[in-house]
Amino acid sequence: MSSAAGELHSGEQHGEELHEVRLTVNGSARTARVPARRLLSDCIRHDLRLTGTHVGCEHGVCGACTILLDGRPVRSCLLLAVSADGADITTVEGLAAPDGTLSPVQQAFTECHGLQCGFCTPGFLTTITAGLQAVPDPDDEQAREMIGGNLCRCTGYQNILASVHRAAEIIRERAASNGSGTGQPAAATPAGPA
Amino acid sequence: MSSLFGARVQRVEDDRLIRGHGAYLDDLGPDALAAAFVRSPLAHARITDIDVSGALKVPGLVAIYTYQDLPARLAEPLPLLIPHPALTHGRTPYALANGEVNHVGEAIVMVVAADRYLAEDAADLIDVSYEPLPAVVGLDAARAAEHLVHDDVPGNRAANAVQEHGDTAAAIAAAPHVLELDLEIERSASTPLEGRGVLARWEEQQKRLVVWTSTQTSTGVRAAVAAKLGLDLSQVDVITPDVGGGFGVKIVHPWPEEVLVPWAAQQLGKPVKFTEDRREHFIASAHERGQQHHVTVGYDHEGRILGLDVRFWHDNGAYVPYGLIVPIVTSTQLLGPYKPGAYRVEFDSLYTNTVLVTPYRGAGRPHGCFVMERTMDAIAAELGLDRTLVRERNFIQPGEMPYDQGLIFQDGRPLIYDSGDYPALLTKIKDLVGWEKFAPLKEAAAAEGRRIGIGLACYVEGTGVGPYEGGHVVVETSGKVKVATGLTSQGQGHQTILAQLVADELGVPLADVEVVTGDTRRFGYAVGTFASRTAVMSGSAVTLAARKAKEKALRVAAEAMEVSPADLEIIDGIVQVRGDPDSGISLGTVAVLSNPLRYAFDEAAKAATQFAGGGDMSRPPVAPDDEPGIEGRAYFSPVRSTFASGMHAAIVETDPDTAEITILRYCVVHDCGKLINPQIVEGQIHGGVAQGVGGALYERMAYDETGQLVNASFMDFLMPYASEVPREIEIDHLETPSPLNPLGIKGAGEAGVIPGAAVLAAAIEDAEAIPIRSMPLSPSDLFELRRRDR
Repeated sequence: MSSAAGELHSGEQHGEELHEVRLTVNGSARTARVPARRLLSDCIRHDLRLTGTHVGCEHGVCGACTILLDGRPVRSCLLLAVSADGADITTVEGLAAPDGTLSPVQQAFTECHGLQCGFCTPGFLTTITAGLQAVPDPDDEQAREMIGGNLCRCTGYQNILASVHRAAEIIRERAASNGSGTGQPAAATPAGPA
Repeated sequence: MSSLFGARVQRVEDDRLIRGHGAYLDDLGPDALAAAFVRSPLAHARITDIDVSGALKVPGLVAIYTYQDLPARLAEPLPLLIPHPALTHGRTPYALANGEVNHVGEAIVMVVAADRYLAEDAADLIDVSYEPLPAVVGLDAARAAEHLVHDDVPGNRAANAVQEHGDTAAAIAAAPHVLELDLEIERSASTPLEGRGVLARWEEQQKRLVVWTSTQTSTGVRAAVAAKLGLDLSQVDVITPDVGGGFGVKIVHPWPEEVLVPWAAQQLGKPVKFTEDRREHFIASAHERGQQHHVTVGYDHEGRILGLDVRFWHDNGAYVPYGLIVPIVTSTQLLGPYKPGAYRVEFDSLYTNTVLVTPYRGAGRPHGCFVMERTMDAIAAELGLDRTLVRERNFIQPGEMPYDQGLIFQDGRPLIYDSGDYPALLTKIKDLVGWEKFAPLKEAAAAEGRRIGIGLACYVEGTGVGPYEGGHVVVETSGKVKVATGLTSQGQGHQTILAQLVADELGVPLADVEVVTGDTRRFGYAVGTFASRTAVMSGSAVTLAARKAKEKALRVAAEAMEVSPADLEIIDGIVQVRGDPDSGISLGTVAVLSNPLRYAFDEAAKAATQFAGGGDMSRPPVAPDDEPGIEGRAYFSPVRSTFASGMHAAIVETDPDTAEITILRYCVVHDCGKLINPQIVEGQIHGGVAQGVGGALYERMAYDETGQLVNASFMDFLMPYASEVPREIEIDHLETPSPLNPLGIKGAGEAGVIPGAAVLAAAIEDAEAIPIRSMPLSPSDLFELRRRDR
């Protein structure tokens, strides 16, 4: 057994230069000091301690780490945190309304048994949240396409597809009862370019 | 049975999980040190040198451990968990390689550093020198035994086992028809979205170890860690956090990391965490399914099987820590709903220089089902009979239950089916898929130049395997009910179904029941989650525990209300005289009354103090044969497994040019006894079917001849996306109660996957009129079969 100790200098940690990354996360301004090589997924999970975003493959295939970055669904394991400087990010923790009301997609997943172990679920929730903004009333084929890049090992996707349709319905129901708007809570509405 | 049993109750697990508030292994211990491993890049080699000097300069490095650093208990081979008399040459790995590696991915060095990036930096700089040895890859090479995986295991043979019921050779010799078939299934793997992971904290002042691990058995890990670290069980807590899927791979224990990480935490006096990455999961956890089978079957003119002889070869990978469970299950569950006149099965379990093989959902049953159902279809083809007719003629009839197959099952107990109605299942599946109406559809498709085919497959699944599970129920003075059972959850909805059972039994609202699983602090005796056993085992145990708690509550309430317990009922958490809602006292108040206190710390406690008045001054506050509190603890230990059953039917289309295979319809008829929560059972079936489809059409572990797993990523290992699963899985249920447990239930977790390869092979064979003998089948494979068939 051998050991060594890393030294902490200001502006660097364990010999690595640290970079300041400023993000807007779920509506709040957040700052992290990270090495250049730190993945955005690790930054969100371990530096910002928002562990709802999960890492299933670290090579961009499974989609569990999907977040909304400036409104678009992206795989946070394929981005460096430093490259996201200045971005507006929504994670699964930011989907529900500030008062705790579930977003339409979250509500639909609960009603339709759209999750089992729940590990891939945050990536589906963010993906579908963005997907329904682009295609508010998907047919079966469009719903399948919407979730076609996310892996789930538990559900066989049947109830996730049902959740997509139900979420679209809930958005319409909420819009009707509000008299206007999308029915999406503010925090789940991706900011940035359309 | 009252209202919640059988109801489509929404899951209580979901709220935290959909908000991102779940707590999976890597979400815990944010300040823990990180472990990373140097793993073998070679399938078979001697280690000639390990040079760590290059890694010592890495900032943030805390420790490097090799085999030489391990204390005596940790330096022994890891345990062979399930010994068996036939397992004459059982070999298990060392926690860190001791001079030799036997598969790519085997752990050689453990590095601990401030974070995972730094730990991997250091691991990259450790220079291991190897003397390569010939690699044994695949069953052909293992059987040829030109090279050996372990020098002291002749023929690469870990085990040879034989079971026989009747005189099979004589039955086949006397049969009017005999067929021989060679049937093969390739490797796949559980592949949960969350890999393995373990976090440990040593509390030096208390000399206690706390371990969190993504496991299917917290009590098993606790016992293994205590044994390996020389600790008493009472010094070790093992907690299972939210687990991101298991499907079998996480029942194996202890993984090398599960003993090394706690030991390192103890050595370093700091929490240490290991989170497996995806590549590690492919090359350093476990696979399943690889088997070759040779069938000889003798049958009469009606297609009745007179004698069935199955010889098969099981690829167990480099080591056998989980014993022979998979091939034993294949050899016994192969028979499905049928009763051959005589049956002989013999298998060899063989070493190869590949990742070890342990149960993956279905655990040997998919292969057995594939063998039996392909045999049924072959008999039907030879005799020119309808495939369902041949099956029907071989079925065990409902009146023959319980039916003794004359074999020993995986639990070491007789293979006796408890109940089931296979003819009724067949009628249901034929109706559901439209079996009798298919021929004209096929003709019409053919007229358009399209190829479609139909197939079906039947299975019987031993579920609810013993030896036991336990449950604990306590009613708090708030009226809230806390339930614990020792086995673990990986997403099946156990918290929901167990709460349904307890709420029903006690007569309380579902929202007042909270269930904890897999935490040794809450329940110390348990086996684990496998073999579709949770509902049967823990469901029965918590029901019995709740029944005890209810008896106590009624007794205490009856005393206070001066009535007979028999006159009381509990409705919505209120204990009341039957039919008289105004008479009631809340269960929380009963809990207060059950526990005489000295100290008043709140209003409820004040009512229970010794100065609160009341009570018989001539008797002690707690009677000699009584205990304070409203609690129940119970165990359930069935005499043997209960046997669920089902049948799947599929219609496929194959492209005449590209050989692409499309599932047009997929139908399931399933009998798991009484359904606690149909929505959850259907979810289990959906997930199982998707894994069955994956195993039948897409997933294989692609090893090259040197033992490199060339598709060890989600890019290359084709796990189904939504685009690969059937558009709709059509489900019908039959409910044949089990007589072996108080709820009449059978397991449901694995059923969906079992007939996948069998039913799709049958449907493709029907579409193509080419015998299908090996799965999975890709379009390229089918293209090649067509070319050879020409």
